[in-house]
Parts: sequence; structure tokens; C-alpha cells
Amino acid sequence: MIKVEDLRKNFGTKAAVDGVSFNVEKGEILGFLGPNGAGKSTTMRILTGFLPPTSGSAEVDGFDLEDQPVEAKRLIGYLPENAPCYDDMFVSGFLKFCGEARGLRGGKLNDAVGRAIATCFLEPVAHQSIDTLSKGYRHRTCLAQAILHDPPVLVLDEPTDGLDPNQKHEVRSLIRRMGKDKAIIFSTHILEEVEAVCTRAIIIDRGRIVANGTPDELKGRASGAGTIVLRAADRGGAALRPFLEKVEGCSAVEVLEEQPAVLRLRPKDASTASGLAARVHELAVREKWKLIELRIEEGRLDDVFRSITLPDTAPGRDAK
Amino acid sequence: MNCFGNIWSVAKRELSGTVSSPVAYVFIVIFLLLSAFFTFMIGGFFERGQASLASFFGWHPWLYLFLVPAVGMRMWAEERRSGTIELLLTLPVTAWQAIVGKFLAYLIIIAVALLLTFPVWITVNYLGAPDNGIIVAGYTGSLLLAASYLAVTSFTSALTRNQVVSFILAVVICLFLILAGWPPVLNLLHRVFSPGLIDFVAAFSVMTHFDSIQRGVLDLRDIIFFLSVILFFLFATHAVLLARRAG
Repeated sequence: MIKVEDLRKNFGTKAAVDGVSFNVEKGEILGFLGPNGAGKSTTMRILTGFLPPTSGSAEVDGFDLEDQPVEAKRLIGYLPENAPCYDDMFVSGFLKFCGEARGLRGGKLNDAVGRAIATCFLEPVAHQSIDTLSKGYRHRTCLAQAILHDPPVLVLDEPTDGLDPNQKHEVRSLIRRMGKDKAIIFSTHILEEVEAVCTRAIIIDRGRIVANGTPDELKGRASGAGTIVLRAADRGGAALRPFLEKVEGCSAVEVLEEQPAVLRLRPKDASTASGLAARVHELAVREKWKLIELRIEEGRLDDVFRSITLPDTAPGRDAK
Repeated sequence: MNCFGNIWSVAKRELSGTVSSPVAYVFIVIFLLLSAFFTFMIGGFFERGQASLASFFGWHPWLYLFLVPAVGMRMWAEERRSGTIELLLTLPVTAWQAIVGKFLAYLIIIAVALLLTFPVWITVNYLGAPDNGIIVAGYTGSLLLAASYLAVTSFTSALTRNQVVSFILAVVICLFLILAGWPPVLNLLHRVFSPGLIDFVAAFSVMTHFDSIQRGVLDLRDIIFFLSVILFFLFATHAVLLARRAG
């Protein structure tokens, strides 16, 4: 549905977006991650036709945003950053205007507005002026505008920004629900959100894509991913270490804490981690250690994010 | 068809926003009060002893000079300040439809204000027998003049996110459009420049064309002048919006 090819955008001499390419198909929810100023919002603004790219192209269902903007925009629902709304309008009036501008009239328009109000839990404020709304309601009013016409493509710039935990949960489950038959892109700073909602995630830094994969794939790139952590109540770390080093498939053992013992085992190959864990368990049973924890580290998205977007300490800086 | 639908949607939104705020009412009331004050107190409507609205229309270029930029200054500046411009321009509405829609909305407010001056027309018809053809021409010219100022305001409003800056720029440009053909200024220029040059400068003034319409002559050239001023500044608005988009 969404095709972005070698997108570039310069503001003066500064490249805000520097050669970004990706596709999003129907049924996919793409999480857009990156530090502030990485180019997330600029990419989304180009994708929704608000900004023209310096070079490269963005297409929605075959319609180029530069050549056929009106056709492309019809297919998109867009929640801009900070959820701008017309303060001088009523919630229902605002949604009506957006529906009309999208070509809905009469009964269809009323149905669409009613549905969007219900979906975004706006009933209590439907007849209130927008400038009297709390931030959460404001945000959801703007979100309602984006989903009003049931678009096949949704572009959401920080959809959960400024919401309380309950509202965040509602918006996430809404995105997940809609993701089944739409192509959705959303940007966020919250990594748990990516794990909870996305089918795929892109990490963008200084205008370039530095990582692209499913949340699990990305987590696998964390430095601690696939290692085994073992905690024993009745032995010292140094005492356990020689035993563990001899276990087949173990490449390194690191004592994290001495008493109670916490050790980290690095397998020779990340894919053999579960076999190694089983052998460690057998050893512990044989030697009668009081094991209180034995787990395979999953790797945390936070670590991946920090390792590939922090300046200077960047092993992934030159990765694709 | 769809094009007009979009323009009308934008215009309706703009009107609903303006009507729910005091801007439109303040504009209409102030316009009516001031135009009555100038017509009867300063313009000497009764002292003239003529059944005409010359003293009424004569003040319009100066009244509009401040009131039209004041009512239109928020047109684009407010969209930019609040970020709603991102919403508006990502709807399947072209920039042209948005520009024309907004222009139309404010023009409607001005037209309503102008129509509400009908008691002046009733007064002059009650007191004497004026040439109502001239009065119709006067109203047409007045509306064209206001529309020209409004197009200027649309342009200055697109330039900035600050309404005050937009207002001041609009007043300055409109003032230039007036002064280029205002007799006192022209007399001053007469001492320095050749008459040909002065005629050329005066041709760019709204005053020259407004005055000739006020005399009751709806000359095509005057109408074309106003329409081209309007189109020029709406084109300029479009150019500014696109240029600011490019970053």
C-alpha cells in the first residue's frame, strides 16, 4: 500500500531525511522509532503530502504524492504531531468538516461521524468546543478525524503522546484492531508500544534507516540477547564458575554477583541457547544446587535502540 | 462539482469559526458605526443637499484600510500558528480550493456588513430621488475594493504565523494602493515627475478606479483592474504557501 523510495528532504543544507526506503503492506503495522529530530515527522509529512520531498518518491496504492496528491490523500488518514485541531469549533462540527472535505455527505457523513465519535470514546464531549477539551480528548478528537473515512492507510505521528495509561492502552488496542485490514505507520518513543502493537519496526537516526525488522528480530540484535542467566541461592559465584565453563556449548561465563550467585553464560551460538540451558539445568540437578532462576535473556529493544542511535558508541551505525 | 464542494466546505468551516468568535460581529458593528459616523458627521451628508451616497462611499477606502486586514489577518496566520494547516493541506483539498474557500468566507462577512448599510440607502431614497443605478455601481465598487484588500490580507497572512505582522503588512500594502492615486499625493508628484509617469502610477491605485465606479460608470476596465488585483494576490498567496511548504 505504502511505497517510499530513496526519500530525501533537505532544509537548507541540513538533510532531515537522507535516503529512506520502505514498504508497508495491508495488514502491517509499522512502528517508526528514532530519537527526536531523527526525521520521523518529516518522513510522515512527505508521506501525507504536506511537504514535498527534495528527491525520491512516496506512493500510496500507486498514487504518487507529488503527481496525484488528491487521489493519494483520499486514501490516507493522518494524525499530525501534537494533534492540531480547530479550537473554535465543536468536536462534532470539526469531524463533520473533515468528513465533508473528504467527500462524505448526508447520511453517510452522519454515520461516519457517529462511528468515529464512538470508536474514540468522544461521546461525553461531542458537543463541546475543542478549546475546552483536555489534552487526552483533544488528541482523540484528532485521531477520530484520521479514522473518520475508514481509510486503507493510516499515518499516526505519536498517537499516544500525552495520554494517560488507560488512554494509551485504548489507543494501542484500537491500532491493533484496525491493523488487521489497513496499512498503518505510527511513530513513537515508547519501545514497549512497539513490542505490543507493531508487526514490524524501523529505527531511524539522522535521516537514515539504521534497523528494519520485526520487534523480535530487533531484540535479537541486543548485546545481551540469547545469553543465559543463572541464579543460585546456596553457592558463591566463583565456586560455580569452573563447573559451568565445562558445559558443552558454553563460550564464556561471567560472574555478575557473588552472593547469592548470579552468572551469565554466553553460548557459542545464539541459536543453541535452549540446549545449553537444558544442560545447565541437568548439571544443577546433579550437583544439587538450589537454583532460583534460570532464563534465556530475550534482549531488550531499549538496548538495541540505544546502541544503534547513540552517537559514537554505534556498532550499528553503518548497518543497513 | 467536487471542486466547488471542497471550496464550500472550507468556506463553511471558516465562517463557523469566525461566527463563533467575536471577530465577525465586531467587524460588522464597527463598520456600521464608523460608516454612519463618517457619512453623517464628517462627510456632511445633509449639508451637501444632494440625493447621493457619495459621502457614504467616499470613506470606504479608508474604513476598509483597517477593518479588512483586521478581519482577515487570521486567515492563514492562525492555521500556521496552531498547526491546523497541516490538517487542512493533507485533506484531499487542493491549496487553491483552500485559498478560494477562505477568501470567500471573509468576503461573505464583508458583504453582509455592506448589505446591512441599507438604512442609508432607504434614507437617501426617502429624502430625495437619487440615481439608484449609481448607488448599485457604488455598492459593486465598494465590494470589489474590499475584495482587493482581502486578497492582499490573504497574501500577508500566508507570509507569517503572527497575526499582528500580517495586519501591519496588509495595511501598508493597501495604503500604497490608495496613495498611488490619492489627489494630494499626485499633486505632490506633479512637481517632480512627468505627467505620463504619474498617470502610470495612478493607474495602479485603487482610488482611480474606485472613484470612476463611484461616478456611476461600471467600466469594464475598472472591473478588470480589481479582478486582476484580487487574482494577483491570490496567486501570490498560493506561491507563498507552496514556497513555505518546500522548506
